[in-house]
Amino acid sequence: MATATFRVWRGDREGGRFQDYSTVVSEGMVVLDAMHRVQAEQAHDLALRWNCKAGKCGSCSAEINGMPRLMCMTRLNQLPLDKPVTVEPLRAFPPVRDLVTDVSWNFEVKKSIKPFKSRVPDAPDGTWRMAQKDVDRVQEFRKCIECFLCQDVCHVLREHRKFAEFAGPRYFVHMAALEMHPLDVEDRTAELKGTHSIGYCNITTCCRKVCPENITITENAIIPLKERVADRFYDPLTKLFRILRGGDSRRSTGPPR
Amino acid sequence: MPEYTTHTYDVLVIGAGGAGLRAAIEASAAGVSIGVICKSLLGKAHTVMAEGGIAAAMGNVDERDNWQVHFADTMRGGQYLNNWRMAELHARESPDCVRELEAWGALFDRTKDGRILQRNFGGHKYPRLAHVGDRTGLEMIRTLQDHGIHQGIEVHMECTVLKLLMDDGRVVGAFGYDRERGRFLLFKAKAVVVATGGIGRAYKITSNSWEYTGDGLALAYDAGADLIDMEFLQFHPTGMVWPPSVCGILVTEGVRGEGGVLRNKEHRRFMFDDIPEPYRTQTADNEEEGWRYTQGDRNARRPPELLTRDHIARCIVREIKEGRGSPHGGVLLDISWIKERIPNAEEHIKKKLPSMYHQFKQLADIDITKEPMEVGPTTHYMMGGIKVDGDTQMSTVPGLFAAGECAAGLHGANRLGGNSLSDLLVFGKRAGYYAACFAKKSGLGPVADAQINLAASNALAPFERTNSAEGPYQVQQDLQEMMQNLVGIVRTGGELEQALPELERLGERSKHLAVSGNREYNNGWHTALDLPNLLTVSEAVTRAAIERQESRGAHFREDRPNKDPEFGKVNIIIRKGPAGEMQVIRQPVPAMPQELKQIIEEMK
Repeated sequence: MATATFRVWRGDREGGRFQDYSTVVSEGMVVLDAMHRVQAEQAHDLALRWNCKAGKCGSCSAEINGMPRLMCMTRLNQLPLDKPVTVEPLRAFPPVRDLVTDVSWNFEVKKSIKPFKSRVPDAPDGTWRMAQKDVDRVQEFRKCIECFLCQDVCHVLREHRKFAEFAGPRYFVHMAALEMHPLDVEDRTAELKGTHSIGYCNITTCCRKVCPENITITENAIIPLKERVADRFYDPLTKLFRILRGGDSRRSTGPPR
Repeated sequence: MPEYTTHTYDVLVIGAGGAGLRAAIEASAAGVSIGVICKSLLGKAHTVMAEGGIAAAMGNVDERDNWQVHFADTMRGGQYLNNWRMAELHARESPDCVRELEAWGALFDRTKDGRILQRNFGGHKYPRLAHVGDRTGLEMIRTLQDHGIHQGIEVHMECTVLKLLMDDGRVVGAFGYDRERGRFLLFKAKAVVVATGGIGRAYKITSNSWEYTGDGLALAYDAGADLIDMEFLQFHPTGMVWPPSVCGILVTEGVRGEGGVLRNKEHRRFMFDDIPEPYRTQTADNEEEGWRYTQGDRNARRPPELLTRDHIARCIVREIKEGRGSPHGGVLLDISWIKERIPNAEEHIKKKLPSMYHQFKQLADIDITKEPMEVGPTTHYMMGGIKVDGDTQMSTVPGLFAAGECAAGLHGANRLGGNSLSDLLVFGKRAGYYAACFAKKSGLGPVADAQINLAASNALAPFERTNSAEGPYQVQQDLQEMMQNLVGIVRTGGELEQALPELERLGERSKHLAVSGNREYNNGWHTALDLPNLLTVSEAVTRAAIERQESRGAHFREDRPNKDPEFGKVNIIIRKGPAGEMQVIRQPVPAMPQELKQIIEEMK
């Protein structure tokens, strides 16, 4: 049987190094299988996250040959096995151990986003009516499995370390899902511009390219949100109207704030 | 004295899947303080994998549906061993629970008039499953998660509980560790809700992830709680079989709900060959009628591919055993054939089953719009578990509640697809509410140092055994292999008896294994700590399966292939005896009130 070499980053918060492991590979194997084999046979304490093994939970994110990917969805036959396959943790986040990083920042960002707030029910029985096509638009965003690969690849976070000011693509997708939700009446435009600094994104589409769910992050989520910010804060006509009217021109479409 | 950090809550919820989160939200609404322990990161629990939908008799697609029909379907599916009260509450309350999710932001697929769309599923008489394509579980857990994080609930991610702490017969907290640093944690609580899911990792071929090692069942059992129905383990008929690395990963029943058919290598739709008596009048006897059913013809009966999971799994095993299987030891599941019936079949399949399309394309190089899938049974769901009171979800131990897969009663001998997500909602909510009520009228109990010391020293023991050659992975793999072979989908008394000494040997090995490295995020250590739980539940399954000398629902004994009416009157209880021995007790099935009996009669 064929063997392949995996160059795996081993280390912790203090630092680490790559270590080579050779293991047998068989048909249909994915990188996660190889890591499990290494773990069972050679390195019992190799730290990695995984759950569903079917691309649905977004736990096993790593950088494979330098590309942010899910280990469970990366087939070995898509990789050149004549040289070592490098497997390393998400580099945008602080290392914990081996392939595990501290992604807790992401969960904190989500808490800072105004939650879903529904309009009053449409029907006397307390239910709503929605058209499938309005639901479809948002369901794309709700496919997100929170693997944080988009956060990992985003240069605002990865290079410029704007963790304190910038929400990152995952949370723009989340806010797009809320803002475009047929029932939601909350208004998040000011925060998009302010605390979440959507303006830092210069639409390089790196996030969209690594999304394992193929969510069109840049075009369908971020750009429409940027447009909302631009309409609200930078459109001269709206601004003039607001000055003349002495208030928020968008009041008619949102709840009182 | 081990070092540990202490947290104190009114209600401690162990598990953060659908049931745990729903319980936490409800307890929070009742005004108590909550801690949630999450074995992985938040939002990664197995609920995320659920594909088909949430069963709730809303009657949006077929107005003939109502709670009575849902109740009768659930009882029939469970072969009448269900806790009738749970089946009743579940059928009555699940529609409101689904609407509640919508009010929290869940976006289900819609009917033409804009209401929640419902789909067909095995064992359900009418289209009943609220769904989002084939990723309903993701929608559900994300909704609960996103709602829950704003309800003042404290979540401890990547933590595992080692022991429930007891005082005078009542639960007073839990002791565990955090994965990241390996440090011990003490949780003091007035009430504890266990919502830890299933036991799939006891088997080699399973749809379950590494987390499902029966923790909650073993914790409750050790605390003195009764387990019930442990012989009933559901093997989902359609798991992937090829390539080997993906063996066991689930293929949603939704494929069959949308018109997918099962064929053997001779191209025969073998499900027509064996339709069990209780379902005969409800099942189509020709392909044409079955197809019409999947397309919403209200006068058509369902195709045999939508019979209950236990039956389909056994038919598949039979086809494989008798040499009519597919090239890699499964059977063929074909949805691509619908192109003969509808235009734009390819787009339709991609729209209705997007994650299945994706999964096969990426993992098996199969385009399901063009060719059939190869599928076979995979260990999927534990019907049995912690015995609870139907209304309150309290176990037989005061202050200890359970909800979701780790609790038992709703599903009896076999669970219908879609009844799990609704179970999580209905009984998660109830467990959270009643745990909060219990907490309000109880104080914190004293925590004995001896219990903590013992749990800590047991947990650290694998680091001390430096002279042992064996690591935890080999023992786990051998256990999985053994359970698969001897306590699997088709059982015999002889093999079950053989499993007991095997379990004893594995238990000995688990007491002598060693782990390397340190306590920080050490997967090997965690595997070692999960092993005792896996061994406890494996033994419970085996002993219950020996006791039930008949075939019923998911429990099939080749040496006793028929139902025995005597066993139809009892549930099997597993209880820890005074000397630590595992006791097996037959307990009469509680009598059903007349009006519910009548519903069942009318729906026959």
